[in-house]
Amino acid sequence: MITTILILLPIAAALAIWIFPWRSQRAAGSFALLVALAELALWVGTALNFDFGATGLQAEADVTWFSDLDVAYQVGLYDYSLWLIGLTAVVTAAAVGYGFWSGRERLGVYLSLLLFLEGATIGVFAAQDLVLFYVFWEAMLIPLYVLIGVWGGPGRLGATYKFVAYTVAGSLLMLVAIIATGLDAGTFDMTQLGGQGTSTWIFLGFAAAFAVKAPLWPFHGWLPDAYRESPPEVAAVLSGVISKTAAYGFLAIAIPFFPGPAEDWRTPLLVLASIGLVYGSLLAFRAPDVRGVIAYSSLAQMNLILIGIFAVNASGYTGALLQMVNHGLISAALFLLAGAIERRTSTGELSLLGGMARGRPVLATILITTGVIALAVPGSTAFAAEFLVLNGIFDIGWGWAVVGAVAIVLAAMYMLRLISAVLHQEPGSAVPAEALDLRPAEVGVIAPLVAVLLVLSFWPAAITERVFGGIF
Amino acid sequence: METFTAPTIDWTALSPILITLGGAVVVLLVSLFLPLGVRRPFAAAVAGVCFVAAGAAAIALFAADDTGRGIVEDAIRRDRLAEFAQVLVMGAGLLSVLVSYRERDKEDRAGEYYALLLTATSGMAFFVAANNLMTLFLGLEWFSICLYILTAIAAERLSGLEASLKYLIVGSFGSAILLFGSAFVFGATGALDFAGIAAGTDDAERLFVVAGLAMIIVGLAFKASAAPFHMWTPDVYEGAPTPVTGFMAAATKVAAVIVTMRLLVTAFPGEEELWTVALAVIVCISLAWGNLAAIVQANLKRLLAYSSISHAGFLLMPVAAGNALGGRALLYYLIPYAAMSLGAFAVVAIRERELRAPVTLQNMAGFGWERPFLGASMALFMFGFIGFPPTGIFLGKFYVFSAVIDRGWAWLAIVGVVATAISVYYYANVIRAMYMQPRELAVVAAGGSPPQDRLLVTAVGATVAVAIGSFVFADPLVDIAADAVAFLQFPVA
Repeated sequence: MITTILILLPIAAALAIWIFPWRSQRAAGSFALLVALAELALWVGTALNFDFGATGLQAEADVTWFSDLDVAYQVGLYDYSLWLIGLTAVVTAAAVGYGFWSGRERLGVYLSLLLFLEGATIGVFAAQDLVLFYVFWEAMLIPLYVLIGVWGGPGRLGATYKFVAYTVAGSLLMLVAIIATGLDAGTFDMTQLGGQGTSTWIFLGFAAAFAVKAPLWPFHGWLPDAYRESPPEVAAVLSGVISKTAAYGFLAIAIPFFPGPAEDWRTPLLVLASIGLVYGSLLAFRAPDVRGVIAYSSLAQMNLILIGIFAVNASGYTGALLQMVNHGLISAALFLLAGAIERRTSTGELSLLGGMARGRPVLATILITTGVIALAVPGSTAFAAEFLVLNGIFDIGWGWAVVGAVAIVLAAMYMLRLISAVLHQEPGSAVPAEALDLRPAEVGVIAPLVAVLLVLSFWPAAITERVFGGIF
Repeated sequence: METFTAPTIDWTALSPILITLGGAVVVLLVSLFLPLGVRRPFAAAVAGVCFVAAGAAAIALFAADDTGRGIVEDAIRRDRLAEFAQVLVMGAGLLSVLVSYRERDKEDRAGEYYALLLTATSGMAFFVAANNLMTLFLGLEWFSICLYILTAIAAERLSGLEASLKYLIVGSFGSAILLFGSAFVFGATGALDFAGIAAGTDDAERLFVVAGLAMIIVGLAFKASAAPFHMWTPDVYEGAPTPVTGFMAAATKVAAVIVTMRLLVTAFPGEEELWTVALAVIVCISLAWGNLAAIVQANLKRLLAYSSISHAGFLLMPVAAGNALGGRALLYYLIPYAAMSLGAFAVVAIRERELRAPVTLQNMAGFGWERPFLGASMALFMFGFIGFPPTGIFLGKFYVFSAVIDRGWAWLAIVGVVATAISVYYYANVIRAMYMQPRELAVVAAGGSPPQDRLLVTAVGATVAVAIGSFVFADPLVDIAADAVAFLQFPVA
């Protein structure tokens, strides 16, 4: 029941915002923010009541939906999906808060789409029926298309075309794979499907959808435009949360349902992920703008996460999951900071920025803290996660671990370059002297994300000891 | 001397046909004596009541018993498949009344308009129950002639006349081919009724059976506007008054594909290996042609016409599968599809009335923000036509692909998937046109938007409810679809 509420609360609120005649846009926005916070509280309550020691599905609901083909509305929580749902709730609350504060045009519709997206994403993490999973998977695309297409930057139309074309092509292949899997097994129930898949083609159908959405190199063609043209809150959700649904798909569906084909294809997938990791890092180092750095670093980080998943062992999976949460928080914080910078300078070009630390201590502190965690400095939660990933992949082959270690060095290079180009050096030509430090509202939105990262840095075991219970 | 004994007639089973036909007569006669001002409300009210009554009669017949049987000397069937189709057709008729009501500014033709709408629906109700090739042809011509006239009902519009003429010529051509094919089949098997044909094909001259079957499929494909027999569709859809287009897109399609399935499954089960492949080819051509041609359309009605051609492909796909799963899939798919087609054309109709000009992608700019409900509904229809949740077409496509994959034709599902991916482009274009244009490009009706048309908005609301309702409450609808095709002996296991 609680799982259903977690899914439906934001969706119902989105509809309510849309139907109810609000007195003002601010009233609708306040309601949206309230719902986003309520959802977060609901998740905290769920997590406190969650039995992390137990194996198997918790908080299930199962209602027949389409009996002819044995499709059901079946949802439930595993420990790893619970963490990802938490990430969704945290990042969405921050995005809604930021959108509310920045006063977007048609605020009510804007925030209601963010809430709808939240519900669909939580649905993806909670669905235990393949058809239902696909429904939520596709449902995520609708609000994203509108959010980028209506509120995006000047190149938004091209960005939405690319984004939609890539993701639809991938997800339709997954639809065929889902039908073939379900007809073959006689059920679409994910709790009963584990380990039976032997068809390479069906495995690749699933892998296509996840590879595009993650994105795995070289399926990332949509990424730079989508991340550059989205409003910062949407980019935060897109890179922080939506990309995690793809990693989740590999982790919870493609690999466990098709152990044989996944084993056969491990090396090609690892090669792609390794290339993506290095390629993304290099491009992040060369990117001319703030969002470019964050976008390509996201590509690199997602490929690192996939390397951990393709290791298919306890250390790799645990590291990947912790890094999913870390990266979700890091990239959300960074995109919101990028939004804050663009708001003050009306550009993200690194060559026009610089010297923003002077007189703006809060901005400098938050950006440096986030950046240092992102580059996986020892002691940070990202360090813990990357260590686990490398440890996991080392068992498969030491060469993969070498690639990963190299990429961590590259991460330091692009992050320090970003920090230095924005905060230090001579004041950039686009930086007005009177540009303000972060406003209290901005701090209120971004600081909690960084605070969670700091807590996890002190205590990464909060997650690592409460995940994949009984699976390995 | 032979005496003619009149057949016993099951009048109850004929009630949906008779109610609508009777309504047409009443509307036509009484309108003559009514003053201009009351003619339209009267005609529309009678039509609406008749559609509700006929639909209720069909539902009652569906619920009354599950044994299908031939009536009127086996000329037509009383079975759940026919009744299911009749309910859909009556629903389409009812919604068309709501959509049309404010359309006709020429008061003096309101009587004829609603009478023709009733007669066309009556013909379709007859057509879907046909049990031999003669009644099939009779039903086909019955509703087709009404549609030819409805297309040209706004006689002062040249485009309507042109469309009607084109429809008449191409449609008659299709009917003639169907008739010719029927003659071949009759000549070869000596039977007109479907069961008799099925029993007679084994000993029949092969060439004539095959040629006859091919021509019958072509004739029906004309009506379903499946490519390559779709040439009339874009022009007729564009030229006809928009509510008529909506009615054609929904009701004609329902009738044509259901009859195609009934005929092929009951009369030609032995030729399964022929017609399944033939239909698969038609499906592929429809999907390719419909989707590719839709991409370049600027006129919204033409775009939806090509979308309807591509959907003819999706609708014939489960028939091509030839299995019981496909039968259920087809009937389920038709429910949201019919509703959403009507709804989409209703939105076009209101935009057309606002602007007094043909609706293009360009002049849809700003519509989504100006009319939030209709805009969001249109966006829902477009996302739904692609096959996105939460509309029933998502489950319909899922079901249809399942049927062909179950038959072992995964390649056909892949074709459908590729077509779906292409269709994203032009459906998304409509949404882009409504919501994502800069404010200064927004097209506003001269003198401000006309007042809300409550009836039309109600109709759109109903189609939205069906689109989403069929997604959420799929199970009972699938049960109904399963009941409706339970009696058919599908040739493929």
